[in-house]
Amino acid sequence: MNLLSVRNLRTYFDTDGGVVKAVDDVSFDIEPGKTLGIVGESGSGKSVTNLSIMRLIPSPPGRIVSGEVLFGGKDLLKLPTDEIRKVRGKRIGMIFQDPMSSLNPFMRISRQLMEVTELHMGHSSKQAREHAVNMLQLVGIPDAGARIDSYPHEFSGGMRQRVMIAMALSCRPELLIADEPTTALDVTIQAQILELIKKIKSEIRTSVILITHDLGVVAGMADAIIVMYAGKVFERASAGDLFERPANPYTKGLLMSVPDPLRESKARGELYQIPGLPPDPANLPPGCPFAPRCDKAADICRREFPPMVQVAPGHESLCHFAKEVYAEAAHLHS
Amino acid sequence: MRRLVRNRVAVFGMVVVSIIALAAIIGPALIFRATGYTYDYIPADPDLVKSFAPSWMHPMGTDNEGRDMLARVLLGGRISLMVGIISTIVSLVIGTAWGATAGYAGGKLDELMMRIVDILFAIPYMMVVIVLLALFGRHTAMGQLVLLFIALGAVSWLTMARIVRGQVISLKNQEFILAARATGVPKWKIILRHLVPNTLGPVIVYATLEVPAVMLLEAFLSFLGLGVQAPLASWGSLASEGIQNIAVFPWQLIFPGVTMALTLFSLNFIGDGLRDALDPQMKKS
Repeated sequence: MNLLSVRNLRTYFDTDGGVVKAVDDVSFDIEPGKTLGIVGESGSGKSVTNLSIMRLIPSPPGRIVSGEVLFGGKDLLKLPTDEIRKVRGKRIGMIFQDPMSSLNPFMRISRQLMEVTELHMGHSSKQAREHAVNMLQLVGIPDAGARIDSYPHEFSGGMRQRVMIAMALSCRPELLIADEPTTALDVTIQAQILELIKKIKSEIRTSVILITHDLGVVAGMADAIIVMYAGKVFERASAGDLFERPANPYTKGLLMSVPDPLRESKARGELYQIPGLPPDPANLPPGCPFAPRCDKAADICRREFPPMVQVAPGHESLCHFAKEVYAEAAHLHS
Repeated sequence: MRRLVRNRVAVFGMVVVSIIALAAIIGPALIFRATGYTYDYIPADPDLVKSFAPSWMHPMGTDNEGRDMLARVLLGGRISLMVGIISTIVSLVIGTAWGATAGYAGGKLDELMMRIVDILFAIPYMMVVIVLLALFGRHTAMGQLVLLFIALGAVSWLTMARIVRGQVISLKNQEFILAARATGVPKWKIILRHLVPNTLGPVIVYATLEVPAVMLLEAFLSFLGLGVQAPLASWGSLASEGIQNIAVFPWQLIFPGVTMALTLFSLNFIGDGLRDALDPQMKKS
C-alpha cells in the first residue's frame, strides 16, 4: 500500500506569454518509510509538483488542471479547504530552500514552533512549549531551553534549517517534503542537515520526498529517484539502478555534470556541462523537449514526443533510444 | 532606537511633546492648587469681566470672560491631543484591516477594494467631514467630539490602507508566509500574526506623522466653528475666539497658536526621526 500516489498530475500557469505547463502528466508513488528523490534543473517542475500536493499553488495564475493525489486513500485535490489545512503541517510537513527567509522575523522561535502543535494537536501553551523544547533538542540545537525564545536573526542558517525541520516534524507527519533543504547552506552544514533528516526519518518513521538539483544529495538518501525535465518525468528508477545504469541521456548528462574533486584536480580539464539552456516552458518544441541539447538526438526526437520505455522492472525512461542508452551504460561499467 | 536617540531634532520633539502632554494632563489641577482659580473660574464682579494682559497671576492673560488663558490652553491641549491620537488610531485600525485584506486576498477583491480607496481619495475629504458633522453633529459637546474622532479617522485611513497593502503584497510572497501556510495556519491568523506585525515599521512612521496632520485638521474645523463645541475647547476653537480680538487682546490668539505650532512641529520632528531611524538604507551612516 502506497502512502502517497500522484497520478497524472498537471499544473499549468496562465502567463502573458501563454500557458506554462509547469507540471505535465507526472505520476509517482511513495511507500511508507521510504525516501523518494526528485531531481532536476531549476524550472523543471520539482517544486511545483510538491506545492501542488499541498495545494499551495498561487492561484491565479496557477491551476491544477487534472490528476489525483492519493494520500492515505483520499484525493487531496478534492478535499475542502479546511480539510486540507488539517493535512498541512499535521500529516505532511514541509521544509523550504532558504532557511533565512522561511521563519517570520518578527516572531520568537518558540511562538512559531508552538503555533503548529497548538493548531493541530490541541496543545495548551504550556504543553506546546515543552514539546517545542523537545523538538529543538531532537534536531540538535544545544541548550534548547534557553535558546527557544530567540528571534530568527539570532540563529545561523544551519540552525534555522534545524528549526524548520523541528517545525515540520513536530506533529510527527507521515510524509516530509524537503524542497532543496540544503541548497542555501555551506557544504559542511549540508552534510549535517542531511544526516539529521536521515536520523529523524528513521526515528519517527516518516516518508520523505527530497527535492534537489544535486545528485550527490540524493545519492546517500533516496531509495527511489525520479528525474524531471520540463515538467515531465524523464526517468524513474531505484537509486542504485539510476546511478549504475542511467537509461536516459539527460540523466547521464546530469551525472557527468557532478564535479568530482579527484578527477578534476588530476585532469585539470574543463568541467562537463550539458549544452544549451532548459527550454521555454511556454512554448515547448513538438518532439522531445530535451532534443535540442541532446547528443543522441535524431530526426524522430525533434518530430515525435518520446514514449515511456521500461528498460528493467521498476526502471523507466522517457526516450526514443532508452534501450540503447541503457545498454551502453551497462557496457560502460563492465 | 539608538539611531532615533542620536537624532537631536527628534529628541527635542519628544521632550517638547512629553512636556506639553504632561502639562495638559496635570496642569489644570496644579494651577488650581497654586492660585485657587479653577480653570472655568469666571469673576463675579461685572467690572472685572474683561481680558487682562499676561501677569504673574495669569501668565498667558485671561480671555473675554476673565478665565485664565493658561488653564484654557492646557485644557484645549487635552482635547487637541486626544483628537489627534484617537482619530489616528481609528484610521490605523480601518486602514490596516482594509489594506491587509486587499493585499492578501489579491485578484478581484483587491482590485475592487483599492478602486473604492481611489474613489474616496477623489472626494475632497474636508467636504466629507463637514457633511458628516453637519448631518450628525451638534447634540452635545461630547457627542460632537466623538463624531469628530470618527469623521477624521474615516477620512484619513486611505493612505494607511495603501501603505499596508503595498507591504502585505511584498511580504505575502516571502517564504515564511508559504511556510506558515504549509503548516496549516488559517488565513486570518496568517494576516494577523505573520503579516501585520511585519508591516509595523512604515505604519508607525505614517501614524506619527498622521497625528499632527489630524490635529491641524481639527484646529481648522474648530476654527470654522464645526469642530469642538463650547464648553469644551481645543487649540483651534481658542484661536478662533482669539482672532476676533486680535487687535485689542493679542495674547488670546498668540498663546494657543504658539503652543499648537510648537506641538505640531515637535510631532513632525518625531515622525521624521522615526522614519530615518527605520530606513534600512541609512544603516551605514
